[in-house]
Amino acid sequence: MALSRIFGNGQETKDPYGAPGTGKSTLISVVTIVVILGTWWLVTELELIRALFVPPPGLVFSKFLKISCYDHYMETLLVFIGARDEVVAECLGFSENALHQHILWSLYRVFSSFFLALVTAIPIGIAMGVNRFARGVFDPPIEFYRPIPPLAYLPLTIIWFGIGDFAKIILIYLACFAPLAISARAGVRSCSIEQIHAAYSMGASRHQVMWHVVLKAALPEILTGMRISIAFGWTTLVAAEMVAAKAGIGVMVLNAARFLATDIVFLGIVVIGLIAFFFDVLMRRMERLLVPWKGKA
Amino acid sequence: MPAVMSLKDVGMVFPAATGGGGVTALEGINLQFEPEEFVVALGASGCGKTTLLNVMAGFLPPTSGAILLHDSPITGPGRDRGVVFQKHALFPWLNVLENTAFGLKIQGVGAKDRTAIAEENLNLVGLSEFGGHPIYQLSGGMQQRVGLARALTTNPEILLMDEPLGALDAFTRENMQELVLQVWRRTKKIVFFITHSVEEALFMATRLIVMSPRPGRITHEYKLDFCQRYFELGDARKIKSHADFIKIREEVLSIIYGEEIEE
Repeated sequence: MALSRIFGNGQETKDPYGAPGTGKSTLISVVTIVVILGTWWLVTELELIRALFVPPPGLVFSKFLKISCYDHYMETLLVFIGARDEVVAECLGFSENALHQHILWSLYRVFSSFFLALVTAIPIGIAMGVNRFARGVFDPPIEFYRPIPPLAYLPLTIIWFGIGDFAKIILIYLACFAPLAISARAGVRSCSIEQIHAAYSMGASRHQVMWHVVLKAALPEILTGMRISIAFGWTTLVAAEMVAAKAGIGVMVLNAARFLATDIVFLGIVVIGLIAFFFDVLMRRMERLLVPWKGKA
Repeated sequence: MPAVMSLKDVGMVFPAATGGGGVTALEGINLQFEPEEFVVALGASGCGKTTLLNVMAGFLPPTSGAILLHDSPITGPGRDRGVVFQKHALFPWLNVLENTAFGLKIQGVGAKDRTAIAEENLNLVGLSEFGGHPIYQLSGGMQQRVGLARALTTNPEILLMDEPLGALDAFTRENMQELVLQVWRRTKKIVFFITHSVEEALFMATRLIVMSPRPGRITHEYKLDFCQRYFELGDARKIKSHADFIKIREEVLSIIYGEEIEE
């Protein structure tokens, strides 16, 4: 009974001839997550799979606590007061950095790239939408590089920009740029000709039509583009941190893989996933706040 | 009385997509608009009604002829000609009041003044209590009333209405016909109104022009007074079912159908 209430009994009695797939799915999603976590716990608890391949959730969590703190001064202090080695070892972080330092480095790289993409891709995308010349100039390079995997041009960014953070930010930036430019370009096309004509007939100048009509109408698509863009940023993060990065979630995962520290790899994946997820939730909140008319007009 | 706006031998030829002669959307259109006229253009789809309105609004420059407003040719859209569209012309990012005040805002009228004028016009269309509502929560009829209030707010001389009631359901449509007439009577604007409903055209117009397609031209003109009778009687149904009304309705219908049969 309870199960059929959660998953539906296949007949959807409420609206038997309605559009397929309507209704809430939150509870089903929660159940799915619980089942996945439960299966993870069960197969490791029963030792069906070796911890090298799938570490138990408890181990991942204790690794999370362990690498959460690394503080050079704390370590010095602990050694100074003569703490036992095990206690000192509990506070060693991973790859010489605590988890939050890895996270902050990655956040710094992803968000500075994202910010750079915002201030360049949106104006360029808008220009492409409203100006034949800009479209002619920017369309070929964007459409050319867009489908190329960032790993393919990673060597070039290193050769051109070195192994510092700038090269990493450029790589993530390129991944963020294309989807944002394309959505801004599509966005400026989303206002109707009637809206433009209405503004002109009320005495608006070309400039005012751009600002008060075209850009406002483009906002929903630009926000959607931002969500897609930041997701591309996260997917490119590990590639960007492959070469000569000291700290970052990507570095942490890559280093852990080198030592077969599967638990850290798991942890890194979960952390990236959660950060990206929460940022997306934030963006969707912002959408509801900034463009409440989306999909309704 | 001198004509406020006059169209002199206006023609519009759209270039053909694949070479050749192009499509003649309008040919030899001569029209005069005198103060307080309610001119309705009636015709089947593709007869050039909307093109004519777009030319008058200044959105499309005509390929021949001239459009004069107070004896000076128009060069583009302007706030002396307010436009009401069929739909999709309001700004969903602004609420009802802000939509209505938009024209004044871009002219640089201060917030206090423009709000006062916008409220006055919302009151005229019966939406004074809806100023703070978002557009997307209004019904189709209410949205069209906002469109009308917005077009009036810039105080144009001529109101160009492009099938403004075309997307509404039959009941709302009849109510809106009366509302538009009331607004017209109170504001004394010249109205140019497009429709493909014969009944609507006859009921509202002081002058009816019937257009025929390919090339779009004016074939018949009628002076009408059903709207005046409505103001006297106040009963739209009675007027629309009156023998005079039915007689001329059948006449106009036979013109329109006759043209279709010819082709």
